[in-house]
Amino acid sequence: MSHVEQGEHDATNAYQSLSETTAHDDPRWAFGTGFEDGLSLGEAEITAPVPEGVDAADLAAYCQMLGDDALIYSQQLSEWVANAPELEEEVALANTALDLLGQARVLLARAGHVEGADRDEDALAYLRDQAGFRNVALAEQSDELDFGRCIARLLIFSTWRLALLHRLLDSKDPVIAAVAGKGVKELTYHRDYAARWALRLGDGTEESHRRVQAGLDWAWPYVEELFRTSDEEHRLIEAGVAVDPAGTREEFDAVLAQVLDRATLTRPEVPPVGTIGGRSGRQGVHTERLGHVLAEMQSVAREHPGATW
Amino acid sequence: MVTDPELRVDLGARDVVARVVDPEMPMLTLDDLGVIRSVEEDGGGAVVTITPTYSGCPAIEVMRDDIRIALGEAGYDRVEVRTVFSPAWSTDWISEAGRRKLAEAGIAPPGKAPARAAGPIPLTLGAPSTQVRCPRCGAPSTEEFSRFGPTACTALRRCPSCQEPFEHMKEI
Repeated sequence: MSHVEQGEHDATNAYQSLSETTAHDDPRWAFGTGFEDGLSLGEAEITAPVPEGVDAADLAAYCQMLGDDALIYSQQLSEWVANAPELEEEVALANTALDLLGQARVLLARAGHVEGADRDEDALAYLRDQAGFRNVALAEQSDELDFGRCIARLLIFSTWRLALLHRLLDSKDPVIAAVAGKGVKELTYHRDYAARWALRLGDGTEESHRRVQAGLDWAWPYVEELFRTSDEEHRLIEAGVAVDPAGTREEFDAVLAQVLDRATLTRPEVPPVGTIGGRSGRQGVHTERLGHVLAEMQSVAREHPGATW
Repeated sequence: MVTDPELRVDLGARDVVARVVDPEMPMLTLDDLGVIRSVEEDGGGAVVTITPTYSGCPAIEVMRDDIRIALGEAGYDRVEVRTVFSPAWSTDWISEAGRRKLAEAGIAPPGKAPARAAGPIPLTLGAPSTQVRCPRCGAPSTEEFSRFGPTACTALRRCPSCQEPFEHMKEI
């Protein structure tokens, strides 16, 4: 936090008494928790110096990659809120989305700081266009309220992200290492949740087996991109900041094999979605889904720029 | 602003912050929860460093505001609350008093957090452990029916003896 707050209480403001947050004299951004929060998200860490020998632009891009995966996946998973088959599953999926959103906020705050272009986490989330997002295509797909798809996509995503974050515990960037420290704990139970449901559905009834297998077949074309290494990552691996996503493939395959075998599911044999001249999500080239995601996610922020309450 | 010179004499900033309660589990103080990293006094002001329980914990902002209010009311006119993420919070940091208060409130306290072995994190496909004591009737064995409870940090369980559902603070 860059400024000092006074513990003032305005007795004439009826709204203050609606919450205990009477110390807040500053307006809050109407969407997200805004600039103040961006600054106070652990100044000591968010503003840590760029590790020696690391290009700031590369680090900002990498934080965006890891942050955008979490942000966009979180947004898409939130489609299940008020739509899940059971209340317990709704709570589980909303909790998972919340964990990912928390990871995204720190990573985007770090990206904004390192970039030095006066953009905070909210500016990055709400004011970038499609080409500015660096998430993988899997994150931006919609489950279309099909629980088989939901479980297949979450199994793939959480297995991959856990493998990545586990390797990032020793990242030379202190913010990435800190996010990994918390994220590993969270992704571990996200993956367990998805794997247990895959087992229950795959080895369940004929219908549940068919549905989760169809979900896997649908999600599988987006798997290959997860293990493609971008130029920024190549450079940051050398510097000890990033890990090579290609190096997580073996672990990913082993975990998926373990789950699919027990669940009597079949590993899909389908061609991956193509790239455009070798470019895909990491380079800002997306499937048409991202436009829909951003239209929804950014609508309030774009309609009322800088609104506060 | 409420300034209470007497209170100021009695309580240091650390004591004031330690008494602030968790907004989602008000039976616990922030001290019980183990989220206070440091409290430094600086003349008439204080710098407080806390750590969130989960990455997306929505309570963290309310905690920050409540700390500012409590310190303001105790006469600290400059308050800065910082949030740090590393090392990651663990349920092992919940105090013994906190565990007792959780159980008294009907929430089964967490067991020991799993140790991190070297190598890939193993997948858990088996049934969840039954070794969580019912906080209501004391039965030693209960069943989990959802890993995700009403707050990010609890799971939902039920007791086959007294038939009551209850929350369990899950180990992380």
